[in-house]
Amino acid sequence: MNDVARYALGLGDDALIAAQRLGELYAGSPEMEEDVALANIALDQLGAARLLLSYAAELTGDGDEDTLAFLRGPAEFRNHVLVELPNGDFAVTITKLLFLAAWQRPLYARLAESRDERLAGIAATAGLEVAYHLDHAAQWTMRLGDGTEESHRRMQDAVDRLWPYTREFFVPDPVVRRLPGIAAEPTAAEWAETVETTLATATLRTPAGTEPPEAAAGRAGRHTAHLTGLLDEMQALHRAHPGARW
Amino acid sequence: MVTALAAASEVVDPELPFVTIAELGILRAVEERDGRVTVTITPTYTGCPAVSAIRDDVRSALATAGFPDVAVETRLNPPWTTEWISEDGRRKLADAGIAPPQRRPLLTISVRCPRCGSPETEELSRFGSTACTSLWRCRACAEPFPRVKER
Repeated sequence: MNDVARYALGLGDDALIAAQRLGELYAGSPEMEEDVALANIALDQLGAARLLLSYAAELTGDGDEDTLAFLRGPAEFRNHVLVELPNGDFAVTITKLLFLAAWQRPLYARLAESRDERLAGIAATAGLEVAYHLDHAAQWTMRLGDGTEESHRRMQDAVDRLWPYTREFFVPDPVVRRLPGIAAEPTAAEWAETVETTLATATLRTPAGTEPPEAAAGRAGRHTAHLTGLLDEMQALHRAHPGARW
Repeated sequence: MVTALAAASEVVDPELPFVTIAELGILRAVEERDGRVTVTITPTYTGCPAVSAIRDDVRSALATAGFPDVAVETRLNPPWTTEWISEDGRRKLADAGIAPPQRRPLLTISVRCPRCGSPETEELSRFGSTACTSLWRCRACAEPFPRVKER
């Protein structure tokens, strides 16, 4: 697999696993409008995942988006661990979305300038969508953080627990380094500015700590057991009935 | 004899079947070379589930019009924008009860209810029943309505 394929695979896996997690909430959100919102966000992520995985498969010359999504084991996935973590309560769901969108937004903005036309095109379209995701997550973060004592407590708890997993975003990725002008990644400062401003407005504390947990090395294929459970469900149908269509 | 462009232009959006893909700005180009027709489309959103249906509908519309050799290509850059929705498209959306997007530069005029025309409306959710719409409600006639989000 060449480096561009590897890079597209990582971004595609982030989007695919985020889509699958959000999809679990369909018909299970706190209110109907939120059901629609989270399902829409999941669909956007799935759309980006399909484009990125299709491109990775084309470059590799082996299989397609479906073989990549449904026939790889956990150790072959390259998503950041943050997106595979369970949805938890609504505070965890929203905090995960905030952290992810604050990373994908500047990522796609930079990638839209890539010399690789396919990546630039995908990023240009997906970037417009992620702007909505970020806005949605930020609105909820402020509403819940600056809400009741209970909602504030739960939001701070979610921020504190998920924070270490965001450190993985800023571990230097050798694949990105090998693709100057083609691959892109946001700086820690860009991400921190969005997140810290949102947390401060929401009366939430930004945690300290700069190291990712030992288990969080998703770009290197090291995942938590949560990914195994997610893939079991996502891949069951395809593995039981290869090529099934409806 | 219908031209390839005319045949492709007549294909409707599967989720908004009262507007064509040409009126929505999804249809970007139709080129004919040596008997082969290449149709270029730009999806509204990356996850738009209508895209594969549109691809199939374009192929069958062209086959019916006498163009059996068709390639449907997807172009993502520049990304789809609501600026590409034609005046006819906007009128048809409004007639179907969907508030059309506003023109850029965005003026701060209020969103009018597509049913009663009242400007007394409010946004219920920025996400609607399809990727390209948000959910609104009219305070005058109390009807909820979708609205195509500007982008």
